[in-house]
Amino acid sequence: MSYLVPPGLYAIGNPGPTDPVTVTANYKMSYDLVRQALEGRNIWLLVLETHGINVWCAAGKGTFGTGEVVRRVEASGLARVVTHRTLLLPLLGAAGVKALEVQQRTGFTARFSTIRIDDLPVYLDNDQQATPAMGELTFTAAERLVLVPVELVSALKGSLPILAGLYLLGGIRLGFAAPAAFLPLVAWLGAILAGAVATPLLLPWLPTSSFAVKGALVGFLWALLFSLLTGTGSLLEQVPLFLAMPAVSAFFSLNFTGSTPFTSRSGVKKEMRISLPLMAGAVLVGAVAWVAVIFGAFQ
Amino acid sequence: MKGFSYLKNVATLELDKDTCIGCGMCTVVCPHQVFALEGEKAVIRAFDACMECGACALNCPVKAIRVDAGVGCAAGMINEWLDSLNLRRRGDGCC
Repeated sequence: MSYLVPPGLYAIGNPGPTDPVTVTANYKMSYDLVRQALEGRNIWLLVLETHGINVWCAAGKGTFGTGEVVRRVEASGLARVVTHRTLLLPLLGAAGVKALEVQQRTGFTARFSTIRIDDLPVYLDNDQQATPAMGELTFTAAERLVLVPVELVSALKGSLPILAGLYLLGGIRLGFAAPAAFLPLVAWLGAILAGAVATPLLLPWLPTSSFAVKGALVGFLWALLFSLLTGTGSLLEQVPLFLAMPAVSAFFSLNFTGSTPFTSRSGVKKEMRISLPLMAGAVLVGAVAWVAVIFGAFQ
Repeated sequence: MKGFSYLKNVATLELDKDTCIGCGMCTVVCPHQVFALEGEKAVIRAFDACMECGACALNCPVKAIRVDAGVGCAAGMINEWLDSLNLRRRGDGCC
């Protein structure tokens, strides 16, 4: 399946030389949503080559950037198609596009419009004036929910070798059909759900501003629930559970920073520096304790 | 950003008030309303809301803003780190 749209100038409706020009990325979803939102209007759509990446990520990379805007304006002959000299850019493109330089090199004034595509029609009807809300990022429960499947799939993919290892080790000792051999898999999958699903959804209500701490807390609650449900007994059996589950959940929560629209590079760096060694240590000690449990080293 | 805040006092954002000409471009491009115009100059009104996207510094016509711009993504940073150790095939992974 291709997520690319050929870059260039597109017409929505039947636009003339005085109709506005909006700019977007050649990620198919961006293109489709813009077309949908502007259906029934006459408007030009300039699609930049971002190699199928959305506006925000491409702006961060620089592919939704000044050079590409200039190149695309020239290649499409836009100056001969419209008589006005204004480009309407998505606000989140500002991290890659220097408006002043676009004007100097093409003669077109680059105006940053709205963050969300849905706000574009109102922006256009409002004389191309943005309301404060149009320039303000949000991260509602629905906006977080749509990101969860991607997180979940990538967490499960990365966990496959670990799940295989857990099952193999447990199976050797306990028998491959023994229910107890599946418990570690359930525990690990639960920790993934804690970190990649529960934490993102509960994000604003979990304490502290650290993603790792939020995730560790949910992971701890999962360990508690798992312990109560399975009735794991000895202290040594609790060690892997209460060390590894919070660490695994914290790791996947920290991963979610990349999907949020408010975490800074410096903040994530700081969090990683402190929490990654702790997570690695907790998982390592937990793994050693678990092996000790199933192979009965201390019995 | 309403309802969300990230770690405090970590952003690398700096605004040179003497250089600022008060054009207001930073207040337009910032998606977290970090800047406000006070009189003839921009001020940083919400330092901890900065996510270091770099839109303000890029679009400041007089280079009065400095920020170490980048993406706040743990997976991306782990990948960069693995790349620097030559432990990963380059070019895979997320944005």
